[in-house]
Amino acid sequence: MRFILALLLIAALSFIAGLYGPWWTIAIVAFLVMLLLPMAAGRSFLAGFLAIFLLWSVVAFIIDVKNEGYLASQVGEMFGLGSTSLLMVLVTGIIGGLVSGLGAMTATFLRPAKRKY
Amino acid sequence: MRPIGFIITALVTIALVWALDRPWGSVPALGRLLSPQHGFWQNADPSDLDYNSSLQFDNLKGKVSVYFDERLVPHVFAENDEDVYFVQGYLHAKFRLWQMEFQTLAAEGRISEKLGADPRFIRHDREQRRLGMVYGAEQALKQIEAEPSTKAAADSYTAGVNAYINSLDPSSLPLEYKLLGYEPEPWSNKKGALFLMQMSKTLAGWDRDLESTNARSVFSAREMEKLFPVAHDSLVPIVPKGTVFDMPEKMPAPPDDADSVYFGNDTTVQASEQNMPDPKNGSNNWAVSGSKTASGAPILSNDPHLELSLPSIWYEMQLHTPTMNVYGATFPGTFSVIIGFNENVAFGFTNSQRDVKDYFSIRFRDASKKEYWFDSGWKASEIRIEEIRIKGRPTMKDTVAYTVFGPVMYDESLTHEVTGTKAIAVKWTGQQPGNESLMWLKLNRASNYADYEDAIRHFSCPGQNMLFASKDGTIALWQQAAFPARWKGQGMYLMPGEDSSYMWQGMIPQRENPHVINPPSGYIQSANQRPVDSSYPYYIPGNYILARGVTIDKYLSGMSRITPAHMMLLQQNTHSSFAEDAVPVLLRHMNEEGLDDKERSWLQEVRNWNFDAAAGLKAPTIFQTWFDSLEMVVWRDEFARIKGPRALPDEQTLLEAMIRDSIFTYADDIGTPETETLGQQVTKAFKMACADLKKEEATTGLLWWKHRQPAVNHLLKPLAAFARKVQVGGWSNTINATTTSHGPSWRMVVHLADEVEAYGIYPGGQSGNPGSRFYDNFIGDWAAGRYYRLWLMKEEEAKDKRVKWTMTFTNA
Repeated sequence: MRFILALLLIAALSFIAGLYGPWWTIAIVAFLVMLLLPMAAGRSFLAGFLAIFLLWSVVAFIIDVKNEGYLASQVGEMFGLGSTSLLMVLVTGIIGGLVSGLGAMTATFLRPAKRKY
Repeated sequence: MRPIGFIITALVTIALVWALDRPWGSVPALGRLLSPQHGFWQNADPSDLDYNSSLQFDNLKGKVSVYFDERLVPHVFAENDEDVYFVQGYLHAKFRLWQMEFQTLAAEGRISEKLGADPRFIRHDREQRRLGMVYGAEQALKQIEAEPSTKAAADSYTAGVNAYINSLDPSSLPLEYKLLGYEPEPWSNKKGALFLMQMSKTLAGWDRDLESTNARSVFSAREMEKLFPVAHDSLVPIVPKGTVFDMPEKMPAPPDDADSVYFGNDTTVQASEQNMPDPKNGSNNWAVSGSKTASGAPILSNDPHLELSLPSIWYEMQLHTPTMNVYGATFPGTFSVIIGFNENVAFGFTNSQRDVKDYFSIRFRDASKKEYWFDSGWKASEIRIEEIRIKGRPTMKDTVAYTVFGPVMYDESLTHEVTGTKAIAVKWTGQQPGNESLMWLKLNRASNYADYEDAIRHFSCPGQNMLFASKDGTIALWQQAAFPARWKGQGMYLMPGEDSSYMWQGMIPQRENPHVINPPSGYIQSANQRPVDSSYPYYIPGNYILARGVTIDKYLSGMSRITPAHMMLLQQNTHSSFAEDAVPVLLRHMNEEGLDDKERSWLQEVRNWNFDAAAGLKAPTIFQTWFDSLEMVVWRDEFARIKGPRALPDEQTLLEAMIRDSIFTYADDIGTPETETLGQQVTKAFKMACADLKKEEATTGLLWWKHRQPAVNHLLKPLAAFARKVQVGGWSNTINATTTSHGPSWRMVVHLADEVEAYGIYPGGQSGNPGSRFYDNFIGDWAAGRYYRLWLMKEEEAKDKRVKWTMTFTNA
């Protein structure tokens, strides 16, 4: 439950923060949410990663569908990833997920060790 | 708390964010770029994007309605002139902000500030400053702001651009800003002037004076005249041959010592401009009068050839106010319609190709450049310190000395090739004050020939062939600009700059500029050829292109009962008059002995060719490779003797020399003991060409379009993913002048019947955003030779089904 809650909170709050702040607010949001809902390091990372992986790839996917893959395929070409726009959706999700996951994991270590959650 | 774990993960997180928030070489800041709420995804417009909106701005006096048609062309209806230019500025920025700013940054010599410390960028920026691009824009700005009508229009346009810029936030910036990592600056009237300076440089910034100076060290004055003739035999000038020109009141005269210290001089110059515009920037325009058309009304056609780029240099618009109703192609970066028509007249341009740039050698007193020798004394120069900001490096200060001959382009601080106190100043009409914008303000509102004649007087650079046609049946063309009145040979080479004797003695009076009005032939054509035959009293060197004019003249003279459809077909024409003249000469001199089967079949291909440079043929590839090889075989040996930068004679000169004189003296390879004949050289060139073609065959099949690979590139060539390839024929010497990167950047045909009937297209799209379906949507139709009907909309037609979206602008 806590895992799902953390994941949803990170995703929702990151989306709101992204409307007003820079892209890297995803790391701060994940960090703060994990301070409130502490979990073990691995689970923290996973919650942070999945939250933003889903947020970014879903938002990107919706944009991509409405755009009929037109821009993402060109950007993919630019990065030498070929013209499949879904690949850009995936890369977007992974990059965002990594940043958020690391931010989330950082919070874990502010808590005392060896407590099971 | 586990401090070690915390510190490590915190540091790794921060490092990752840092690494993804900054560019690495040419890789942009990836975190920012990929974030779907900030980065490139925000530029991916939905295919069904709704452009309807209503906006309020304090600057507006009244209401402005903008009706976008299905091609996203805005039809702007304003209650007064200021408001229309405000909205033009706003729309240019909304759809083309990055390109218009980038072009002005380039004009100003600020590429390295945005793109980094590449030595090529720094050299570019220094050349721009030293050519006087910023100085020239400042001079022009004074003129623009001194004239109330251009000042008002420029102020409104600038306010409109800034209204859009102020509405942006980091996520809504155009994609290129995100990729390159900078943000737009406020627009200004000066940026508008800089934009026009860039046009001046593109169209009137070419010369080969220093290359000719070097060639003179090897060739005699007589040889130079043969190698670089003033006019070619087969010239079909714009002003019909046989026209009698008035003798000027005052003819420029050469200094007494010209033969010894100027024409006879044999020094060489190592310096050369590295960012010279492409000499193939050319264009066609022609008008036929009612006597030659099916309807009895004139038809005007124009297709300016420029570097084909995305976003396109052109943006289509209709501007309607109580004082005008004009439609056509606009330049994002400046106000007015540049090439177009209104309810009464149509206007179009080709480049004059006149050389308006000369060089003078200067001697400074010392390294400070504060004084130079002039008229038997030391004269103070005006020192201008150019600050060149460089991304990631300290600002560079470049000292540019201004003399009576213009700014010093080359000195030892720019190039180690010009040493000590020696320097070279460049005098260019682009540096002189002018108010080109005033011409367009007037032209957009012109209703007859007198209005046109009044409008064009204001135009001083770049020299243009200004074609005009009106409903009342007039067709006319003036070659218009401020052109120096030169004595024969003046400015062909680097000139002595130690006194006033070699200075320009004045400008050609405007009324003496070449012009033609309602000629008996019933048509006027211009295609970058020399405008007049050799009876014109002034010496007018230039980078003229001959063949297209010959072809156009041949077709137009034979046509009657012309319709717009005929004119569109003519714009698509890829017949090569040059090849038609050259192939028989080549075949006559060709020795077929010893050719293998493949070579024989290629020769046969050329022999059977109908001289159409069509996309899918092999013959144009074989012919062009052959002729290119021949130029190398003929000229390389003689020109290799030249120390320093050199330029070869043009293809027309070689062809006419071959036609005129079969024992053509340059045929001999001076590096060998025997005397080669033209026949030997033509055959040798064919074999050289075949060697190249054999290498190429596997990849292109020698098809003409694959050989040339024509493309519409992004303005920044490295962004190749945003470029589009096109499968089209043509060459720089055919009417459809599509080469690898240049071609008809806007095609327009206007039939001035009772209800004006106009067609046009450009290879791009109305949106400059690579994420919009309007980015490249015209390219397919352009490549296929199709046109769009241009709709001079009436405001009553606001409910017409062609209107897809409406934007309204009102006072806040």
